[in-house]
Amino acid sequence: MGAYLVRRFLLMVLTLFGMSVLIFVMLRLVPGNITDIIFDSAGFVNPAKKAAIERQLGLDQPIVTQYITWMAGLARGDLGYAFVSEKPALDEILPRIPVTAKLAVLALAFSVLFGVPLGVISAVRQNTGLDYVLRVVSLSGLSLPSFWLGLLILMACVHWFGWIPIYRSSPDNFWQEIALLSIPAAAVGFRSSALVMRLTRSSMLEVLRQDYIRTARAKGASEPSVNYDHALRNAVLPVVTVIGIEAAFLVGGLIVTETVFNIPGVARFLVEAIRWRDYPIVQNLVMFIAIIVVMVNFIVDMAYAALDPRIKYEE
Amino acid sequence: MLEVHNLQTYFYTRAGLVKAVDGVSFSLWSGETLAIVGESGCGKSVTALSLMRLLADPPGRIVGGAVRLDGRDLLGLNAAAMRQVRGKDVSMVFQEPMTSLNPVMTIGRQIGEALMLHGAGSREGVRDRTLEMLRLVGIPEPAQRVREYPHQLSGGMRQRAMIAIALACNPKVLIADEPTSALDVTIQAQILELMANLQRKLGTAMILITHDLGVVAETADRVIVMYAGRKVEEAAVDELFARPLHPYTRGLMRSIPRFAVMRNGVAPAGRLQEIPGMVPALSALPTGCAFAPRCAFASDICRRDYPRYEEKRAGHWSACWHSDRLVGAADG
Amino acid sequence: MAVIDHEAELARAGANVRGPLSSILFFARSYPLGALGALIMLAFVATAVFADAITAFDPLTTNAHDSLAPPGDRHTLGADFMGRDVLARIIYGARISLAVGLGATALGCLGGMIVGLMSGYFGGWLDLTVQRLMDIMQSLPLLVMALVMAASLGPSLTNTIIAIAIPLVPNVARVIRSSTLALREMPFVEAARAVGMSETRIAITHVLPNTLAPLIVLATAQLGSAILVESALAFLGLGVPEPHPSWGRMLSESAAEYVRTAPWLVIFPGVAISAVVFGTNLLGDAIRDMLDPRQRF
Repeated sequence: MGAYLVRRFLLMVLTLFGMSVLIFVMLRLVPGNITDIIFDSAGFVNPAKKAAIERQLGLDQPIVTQYITWMAGLARGDLGYAFVSEKPALDEILPRIPVTAKLAVLALAFSVLFGVPLGVISAVRQNTGLDYVLRVVSLSGLSLPSFWLGLLILMACVHWFGWIPIYRSSPDNFWQEIALLSIPAAAVGFRSSALVMRLTRSSMLEVLRQDYIRTARAKGASEPSVNYDHALRNAVLPVVTVIGIEAAFLVGGLIVTETVFNIPGVARFLVEAIRWRDYPIVQNLVMFIAIIVVMVNFIVDMAYAALDPRIKYEE
Repeated sequence: MLEVHNLQTYFYTRAGLVKAVDGVSFSLWSGETLAIVGESGCGKSVTALSLMRLLADPPGRIVGGAVRLDGRDLLGLNAAAMRQVRGKDVSMVFQEPMTSLNPVMTIGRQIGEALMLHGAGSREGVRDRTLEMLRLVGIPEPAQRVREYPHQLSGGMRQRAMIAIALACNPKVLIADEPTSALDVTIQAQILELMANLQRKLGTAMILITHDLGVVAETADRVIVMYAGRKVEEAAVDELFARPLHPYTRGLMRSIPRFAVMRNGVAPAGRLQEIPGMVPALSALPTGCAFAPRCAFASDICRRDYPRYEEKRAGHWSACWHSDRLVGAADG
Repeated sequence: MAVIDHEAELARAGANVRGPLSSILFFARSYPLGALGALIMLAFVATAVFADAITAFDPLTTNAHDSLAPPGDRHTLGADFMGRDVLARIIYGARISLAVGLGATALGCLGGMIVGLMSGYFGGWLDLTVQRLMDIMQSLPLLVMALVMAASLGPSLTNTIIAIAIPLVPNVARVIRSSTLALREMPFVEAARAVGMSETRIAITHVLPNTLAPLIVLATAQLGSAILVESALAFLGLGVPEPHPSWGRMLSESAAEYVRTAPWLVIFPGVAISAVVFGTNLLGDAIRDMLDPRQRF
C-alpha cells in the first residue's frame, strides 16, 4: 500500500508539472499579449509605452525565466499580480472559490441522487416503456447545452414568476444562498445526472448478466433482493470511478452556467481572464482545476479500493 | 418424485427457431442420481435451467410440457411460489465456481442468505447452520472462511461453497450442471466424492448434467443420453455401458480412452474412435433422425423418419431404427 | 400454457432478414431510436449542404426595419437585433456546426488513432511517454482545454476545429491503445510476423482494421460532444468569428437581455443544437448496441 501511494503521488506531481509547462507554453506560443489587446482597443500603438508595460508585467523576459519566476512564486504561495486589476492573483481567485465550490457540490449531489436510482430502474425494467422514457430523458440531458438549459430556466422564471433568480453576493443566510444556487446547480447537474444514469444503467445490465445473479435466483432470492442486494453492490463500483470523470465534466457546465446566471465564481472568472490574456490568472486557475481533477481521481481510486474486496494495492 | 413430461424449450434467435429441448420426459426417484449426458449444445443445460425456470426470456422460453414435483406442476406456479421452490425444494450447482459466487459478498453471507430466504429462524441459528454446512462440505477453518470473499478461495473451495449454498436448506432435488468441468482433474474426483457422500447422508435426489462419461460411471444410477434437444437413450448405468442401443451412445463411449480399455478388459485393440462430423445446428435439423448424417448404421429410413423412442429391453429405452443391429455389432 | 405464434416470435428476432432494404427495415424495427437519430442526422447534413436552396433570406443581410421582429409571416422564426432572419441564420449555422463537428471529430480520431496504435503496438518508452502526455491532457476538462487552445490560437474556423480536436485525442488514443494491446497478442499477428511481414505493415494491415468497431462507436459519441463544445465556445465568444452564423453565438448575442423581450432568439438556436446532438447520441447508442457483441444473444 505504501509503495503504491508513493508511486501514485509521484505520478500526480509529474502530471501537474507537465500541465504547468503545457499551459505556460500554450499561453505564450501565439503572438499577442494583454498589451496588444489594450492598444487594440485604444486604436493606436505607442511602442515605447507598450514596451514599458511589457517590462512592468515581466513580459520582456525570456520564456524560461518567466516560467521559473512563476514556479518560484508558487512555491512561496505567491501567484503574482493580475494584469487587469493589478491586485495579487491570489486575492482575486480565493474569494471566488466558495460560491463555485457550493455550486459544484450541489450539482454533484443532484447528479448522483437522480442518476443512480433512475439508472437502476432503467436497467431493471430494461426494454419496457419506462426504460425507453428514461433513456430518452437521459439522452436529452446529454444533448442540451447547459447554457441553453440555463437560459430556458431563466425564461421560465420570468414567464411564470416575473422574476429572475440572479445570484446576490450577500445572501441573507446560508439556506437562502443554497436555494438561490440550487437553480443553476440543477442546470449543471441535469447533464451530469444523465451521464451517471447511463453509466449506472449499462453497468447494472452488465452485472445482471453475470453467473452469480443466476446463483442468487437459484437460491430463491426475490427480484428486489437480486437487483438491489446482489446486483447494485457490484454495479456501483464502476459508477464510483465515473465520479472522477464527472468532476472534469462539471467544470465545463460550471463555466457556462456561471456566465448565464451571472454568478461571480472562479469558473466565469477564468473565461474573463482568458479573453483578456490575463496570464497570471489563467495559468494559476488552470493549475487549480488540474489539481482538483487529479486529486478527485486519486480519492476515487482509493474509494474504489475500499469498496471492492478484490482490490488491494499491495505488491 | 420429480416428473418431467414432454418439456419443450425453444429459443427465438436471428438464426431461426432453435428447439433446444424438444419433448424431453423423465422421472427422478428420491435418493436417486440421474445423469444427463451429451455433447455441448445438446440441450442438457437448458433442460436443467428449464426445471428451475431460470432461462433468460428473450431469447429462451418454455413452450410446453410439465415439471411435476411431488405432483405439483412447477411450470404453472406464479413467480413468488416458484421462488419458494428454488433453493428449498430444488437447488442447483453451476459449472463455473469462479463466476457463480457474488464477488462482493462474504461466503458466510451467501450461504446464510439461502437459509434466511427459506425461514431458518434466528440469526444465531443461521450462523450455526452456515458453519455446519461449511464443515459438511469439507472447508477447513469454517469460522475463518465465513468472513472471506470468493476471490480468497481456490476453485475447488469455491465449488464446495456452492454446494454448501445449494444443500443448505436440505433440498429434495439437487441439479448439478457440469459441477466439475471447470476444475482440475484431482479436485474433480474430490468434489464428486463429496457430492456422492452428501447425497447418501442427506437423501437428496440428484440430476447430474455432464459430458463426461467417466463421471457418469462413477456416480450415476440411471443415464439419459441427449442429442440435438431430444432423448436418444435411457437406461440404468450398468445396462447402458454394457449394451448401448443407440449408435451415438456407442460413439461417445468409443471416443473416451477409459471406456475403450474397460470394455475389453485389456488395452484397446484398435485406435480410439471419434464420432465423425459435427453436432448439427439446432436451427437446421435434418428431417428424420438427427444423428443420421454422422451415423455408420444410417439407412434410408433413418434419413426419412424420426425413429420412435421405445423400450427395447426391460428399462432400456432408445430411439433408433437399428438397435437390433447394434447389439450384434457391439461384440463384433 | 399460452398459444405461441412461432412465426411472429421469429420475425421479432429477425430470422428472415435478407438484402439491404430489409436490413434497413430490420435496423429501424430493432433500434427505432437509432433510426430516428439517423433521420435527424440526414436532415442536418441536408440542411447544411443545401442551405442556399432552402431559405430565401441571406443570413448576413441586416435590416433596421425588422430589428427584433417576432416570428410571423415575413420571418418565420423572427429576426434578431440587426434584423437578420433567424431561420436563415439557423440554416446556415448548420454548416458551421457540421464543419466543426465533423472536422474536429475526424481530426481528433485520426490523431488518437495514430497515437494509440503506435503507443499500443510498439510499446516501450514511446508508450510510456505518450501515456504520461495523455495523463497531462486529461487532467483538464474538455471545455477548459478547448477554451485555452481557442484563445491562444485566435478566432477562426480552422483554429476552432483544432482547438476542439486536440482535447479529443486522449480519449480516442486510450481506447485504440487498449484494443491494440489485446490484438498484438492474437495468433493472426503472430502468423503475419512468421511470414516475415514488417512490424509497421502488420500494425496497419492487421491490427488497425480490427480497432475500427470501437473507433466508430467512439467517433459518434465524440461528434455530439464536439458540436456541444463548439456551441459553448461560440457562446463564450471564443468560437468561429463573425460573420459566420453559429448557433452558439446566436445565443450569446441574445442571451440574458432577450430572455424577457425576444424569447424566439433564445429558443430556436438552442433547439437546433439540442436536436442535432440528440440525433448523434441516438445513432451512436444504436451503433454501439449493434457492434457490442455482448448485447446480442
